[in-house]
Amino acid sequence: MKLITAIIQEDKLDEVREALTAAEIGRITVTRVDGHGRQESTEIYRGHPVAPNLIPKVEIKIAVNLDFVEPAIDAILKSARHGEGGRVGDGKIFITPLEECVRIRTGERGNEAI
Amino acid sequence: MQKSKRTALAAVFMALLCSTGTVCAADGSPEVDTGTTAWMLTSTGLVLLMVPGLAMFYGGLVRTKNVLGTMMHSFAAMAIVGVLWMICGYAMSFGSGILGGWCGWNSDYFLLKGIDETIMDCGIPEYVFAMFQGKFAIITPALIAGAFAERVKFRGYCIFIALWSLLIYNPLCHWVWAEDGFLFQKGAIDFAGGTVIHISAGAAALVCAFYLGPRRGYPKTAMHPNNLVMTMMGAGLLWVGWFGFNAGSSVASGLVTAQALTVTQVAAAAGALSWMILEGILHKKVSTLGFVSGVLAGLVAITPAAGAVQPWGALVLGLVSSVLCYLAIEMKNKLGYDDTLDVFGIHGVAALWGAIGLTFVLRPGTIDGSMAHQLWVQIEGCLVSLAYAGIMTFILVVFVDKVFGFKMSEDEECAGMDHSLHSERGYGMVNLNS
Repeated sequence: MKLITAIIQEDKLDEVREALTAAEIGRITVTRVDGHGRQESTEIYRGHPVAPNLIPKVEIKIAVNLDFVEPAIDAILKSARHGEGGRVGDGKIFITPLEECVRIRTGERGNEAI
Repeated sequence: MQKSKRTALAAVFMALLCSTGTVCAADGSPEVDTGTTAWMLTSTGLVLLMVPGLAMFYGGLVRTKNVLGTMMHSFAAMAIVGVLWMICGYAMSFGSGILGGWCGWNSDYFLLKGIDETIMDCGIPEYVFAMFQGKFAIITPALIAGAFAERVKFRGYCIFIALWSLLIYNPLCHWVWAEDGFLFQKGAIDFAGGTVIHISAGAAALVCAFYLGPRRGYPKTAMHPNNLVMTMMGAGLLWVGWFGFNAGSSVASGLVTAQALTVTQVAAAAGALSWMILEGILHKKVSTLGFVSGVLAGLVAITPAAGAVQPWGALVLGLVSSVLCYLAIEMKNKLGYDDTLDVFGIHGVAALWGAIGLTFVLRPGTIDGSMAHQLWVQIEGCLVSLAYAGIMTFILVVFVDKVFGFKMSEDEECAGMDHSLHSERGYGMVNLNS
């Protein structure tokens, strides 16, 4: 089992969700986050440009069985890029081992519970 | 009712005496009637209050990333039309007919420079009347913005509403409300702007929605309102402001004012009640957005009729209005075009109903001719407004789109108007920087 954590641009959420659904991955958790990568985005307040040190992003967490790791990564890569070549700030995907997973309703554990 | 509207314009043309009787100074010039002036000043403020109200109403209904851009649409109209009205809008709307009656002109009204000390026959300084009417000119293009919310460039929008105000609003206003306007002379009843404001905005909205196409992802992607609390507050301000809109249109402070104010309240309440009942029956639940849609449906329907019907007539207009608007929105969903905030579905449809339906519930003695004749005159007024606003808007929207660019690029639209067009964010509280 793996935990896939993807940080993406806010406006790509719908597309990423559609791509994941098409890859039969429907159980996801989405959080609004702010972060700092290599992207710079300027905002202007009363004519004074302000470079916020943190930029709003969306974080998606997906717990998957091993068979689904690559399809999930492919789906996110395809859908989270801006344009053909992508753009600075399009985000990152982290994959971490997952020790255990328990379904609260039934008490099932492991691969069955994901 | 027509009498009172005429009296409002009497000073412009020095043609008729006020129904309230004109108080004259020793030299024969009219004196200020402080009561009427006070109410008209209040009404002017109330109608202006509707514009921030509209900004909140629309602003709450769009997605988080577009809240500022959408509110700017209403506020920008205050700036752009506010200036244009002073320069030439008042002259084009309320001057004597020129160009075969297409619009008016009066060099005294240019830059408002000739009315510095004018007191109208009904006892109000002409400045007050000019400013009161100017607020109507401001809110009309701001209404249209709901049709293409979330997808137009700010520059294109500014040019569009400037041209729309000059080429569509001013002539229409002249035809319906100026003493020598052809619809006015036919006896078309439009107390506070059903044809001039809501039908024209509705027709323009429909044309823009079709020409500019839907928002990217519509209707598949979920597009939820970002702040219905703000929408409710905006609707509240619109309801309150509408008293100035309708009762102020009596350009008096007397019986007609009271009649207009009363039927405005009744129709708004009836519209809201009707929509609540409708949703209760159909969905078993009543929504806040449905409620405020009903309020607007009732208010728009009574706008043309405010001086010409009694409370029972207002009740009928309001109750039926919500049903028709509900059906219009259902139809929009079936047809699949994206009039984002239902400008045609609410303003267009309710105003058409109000302008035509008022014929059946008129206060006795309002018209000299037969009901059938009046019905035809009302329909004629609606058709003129629909056709003129529709065709001219199409020409304008094509022109602005081809020459200046109107629709946002895909990237801009995805990132949202606030960031793409204004480099700002509406809500600091969802951002850790703030």
